[in-house]
Amino acid sequence: MEKVKVRLTVNGNSFCLEVGAKERLLDTLREQLRLTGVKEGCSIGECGACTVILNGEAVNSCLVLTGQLDQSEVVTVEGLAQDGRLEPLQQAFIDHHAVQCGFCTPGMLMSAKALLMKDPHPGREQIKTALEGNLCRCTGYQQIIEAIESLTGPERE
Amino acid sequence: MSYCQVNKSLTRVDAYAKVTGQAKFGADLTFPDMLYGKVLRSKYPHARIKGINPEKALEYPGVEAVLTAKDIPNNLFGVIIHNQQVLAERETYYIGDGIAVVAARTREAAEQARELIEVEYEELPGIYRLEEARDEPVKPVHPEMADNQVAHHTLRKGDVKLGFAEAEIILEREYSTQLIEHAYLEPEAVIAVPAQHSTLLTIYGSVQNPYATRRAVAGVLQVPLAQIKVIQDHLGGSFGGKDENVSAMAARAALLALKTGKAVKMVNDRVESMLESYKRHPYQMKYKVGASKEGKILAMEIKAEADSGAYACQTPFVTWRSVVQATGPYEIPHVKTDTYGFYTNNVYTGAMRGYGSPQVIFAQESLLDELARELKIDPVELRLQNIYHNNSITASGQRLDNHQVSLKEVLERALTASEYKAKYREYSQRQPGEKKRGIGLAISYRGCSLGAEAIDAAAANIAILNDGSITLSCGLAENGQGLKTIFSQIAAEILGVDPERINYLPVDTSAVPDSGATVASRSTMVGGNAVKNAAEKLKKTFADFVAREYETTGAELVFRDEQIYNGPGKAVTSFSEAAAAAFYQGVLLNATGWYLSPDISWDEETGSGNPYFTYVYGCQIAEVEVDIGTGEISVLRITAAHDVGRAINPAGVRGQIYGGVMMGLGYGLMEEVETEDGYISNTNFDDYLIPTIKDLPEIIPIIVENPDPNGPFGAKSIGEPTLELAGAAIANAVCQATGKRIRSLPLNLERVLIGSSLRKGGRSK
Repeated sequence: MEKVKVRLTVNGNSFCLEVGAKERLLDTLREQLRLTGVKEGCSIGECGACTVILNGEAVNSCLVLTGQLDQSEVVTVEGLAQDGRLEPLQQAFIDHHAVQCGFCTPGMLMSAKALLMKDPHPGREQIKTALEGNLCRCTGYQQIIEAIESLTGPERE
Repeated sequence: MSYCQVNKSLTRVDAYAKVTGQAKFGADLTFPDMLYGKVLRSKYPHARIKGINPEKALEYPGVEAVLTAKDIPNNLFGVIIHNQQVLAERETYYIGDGIAVVAARTREAAEQARELIEVEYEELPGIYRLEEARDEPVKPVHPEMADNQVAHHTLRKGDVKLGFAEAEIILEREYSTQLIEHAYLEPEAVIAVPAQHSTLLTIYGSVQNPYATRRAVAGVLQVPLAQIKVIQDHLGGSFGGKDENVSAMAARAALLALKTGKAVKMVNDRVESMLESYKRHPYQMKYKVGASKEGKILAMEIKAEADSGAYACQTPFVTWRSVVQATGPYEIPHVKTDTYGFYTNNVYTGAMRGYGSPQVIFAQESLLDELARELKIDPVELRLQNIYHNNSITASGQRLDNHQVSLKEVLERALTASEYKAKYREYSQRQPGEKKRGIGLAISYRGCSLGAEAIDAAAANIAILNDGSITLSCGLAENGQGLKTIFSQIAAEILGVDPERINYLPVDTSAVPDSGATVASRSTMVGGNAVKNAAEKLKKTFADFVAREYETTGAELVFRDEQIYNGPGKAVTSFSEAAAAAFYQGVLLNATGWYLSPDISWDEETGSGNPYFTYVYGCQIAEVEVDIGTGEISVLRITAAHDVGRAINPAGVRGQIYGGVMMGLGYGLMEEVETEDGYISNTNFDDYLIPTIKDLPEIIPIIVENPDPNGPFGAKSIGEPTLELAGAAIANAVCQATGKRIRSLPLNLERVLIGSSLRKGGRSK
């Protein structure tokens, strides 16, 4: 099968990759780069477990072809902590019991991170809208919202 | 008694690994030379297999093996009745039945090769309706059986004829509930690795019940249990759903691994998971209740029938829990209950969080509201007149005299927090406009742990190492519910150390005794007691050593804050120093804890007994707004009060409540696996809808603590009780809002608007 050459920055590291024309970003991350924090839950962009930040936007990596991403920047859950120090969102998820089985957690974190990069003080409805595409079957979402709100300060009216 | 570690919202011991992406789930693991396995599933729900030709698949580049039923030493397995096929041999019994498995060097090759396997089918008529399964025993789903009945349980108390003769009002109602999917976010994944750890096969992956999977794999391969090791660490949600289906997957991976001599990974995609995995039983229920004019319930007669699908799976025990709990928590002198399960050619049904309770609770709590309405009695008053108290005799004849029966307490706590009385009055007035509000409640009692289904015991291992660090492991599995954290808290409390000292190890079936299944909300209670037992044994050995070594006298040594004290403020030594000293003096600081739950009983002949050694009590109240123009229901608020005995980790308990309430909301409002003649039409999250964050109402969790003498630090159960009530409470609230009683779940738009379901494949009632 025809291969495509792609330059990608993933979690701050540059890679020059050869990928198949139909290879999904999800597969590149999980299989070529062994970033298995990116999860596959539905393969059709409904569950959000594979969410990563692509050029500043939260995307379902199961719906993106790596071959089209030359010169792009990708951040996965593995790229949130810096020098062993957790990103405040990660610590908030721990402190507020926003994690149960943990399978949706990386996607949730990336959707929340993308939101906070654009708006550090979102209201509850904006948080819900940003996380609407991330399914969780364990937590009932409540403690995830509490974790994010612990960083965003009081809700704006 | 004040605690240092339990009864506190400590953060989860596995949270760091999960927020950093370091936690490895089944699909994340790889091994050298690993192959990928894929299953070819049936084209028809019911068909005769006339021939299988794997030749073209075997020729596909990268393919190393194709196996069918004839390659399997023992093709049948099951937890209760051994009639589930690893791969279909002569017939397929449902649409998810596997027919052949392929192992190839890449996942793509395995998927391509699977399509090249040629199967010659003869499509057969199937049984897809429960009535047909019950009434036409001449066409059994399993040809070797006389009829389609999987199970029939009875419960008898008093004489219902007498009770109904005394009654001044009698109501008869029919209710039904739907087929639903667990929808754990992680699809099933298993890797079988040959010749590792001096063992024939090591199985890794999303295994909810490692000992059951070990038993199934060893049984299928016809090898000793000692030759199969199952290791389970991080698992992405289960809710009862990763048992028999994952055992089948493990057995298939094991067969391929032995055939090829290489590690074989099998991972389902979502569609495969939806097609093959078992679901929650749909129930059809007939309830008859007799009461006095004042509202004393005198008699109840219940018949509940469950669709078991193609296999027995857990149906015998699911319908047994239903028979025990079907009346709800009401003192009724005369009860006659019969529950049944029947085979059909639908997708099979098994354990799902709640396990035979959400169905009967929906019926019984709807019925109580219907009775209240007929009698013109307030629904709360009707319940208060009839609920269990201390020393009540249950429907099964058990006297509730060994724990606090806290129904009235949970009910009153929920009523107050939800402002039920004021809202009930307000919403009983005429409401102008299209949007009508209502408030409704449901209560339950639930037997903790397995009950008289099976032996109920668990084990835990704790070792104190010579630097004072600790390893802990238990035979029960972390499925996301938080047991690693709870068990670490219990061990740390007894040993007087910081939980940070403890490294919680994955389940390894070769290292910890068989602890049964991680089901029935039994982990905190039964597993927690095993951990407590191990910690107490170790503490005793350790204390005896310290007393000798440091020549302490008098007072019992106290283990607290990483120190060992001989009276208040008198530290003898630190935990770490003592551990090192003990090691160098040859003291064994390693203990296996064991807990066997108290005696219980069930008499199938008389339909009575003491089926559970203790119970938990819960109440949920739902407040809704219904748009009578569109049929849309908005849940505004759910108040959930649950007696957990003692909350080992209150934030964890709240997490269980939030998650269980949302799963109950999905059951009540939106979820249904739609089937038509055995075919499943909604096979992914685009058309099987589960609640999203946008569906989240305000949830008020109320933790009630009445410590139970049989629980570790008084703790009981929380996982399942949280899920079983919301559907019923929402239905009662919708009825108050609209005046319409809907007796089938889910309460989707059509049912609310026109009283029946329009969905293709959905049940029409």
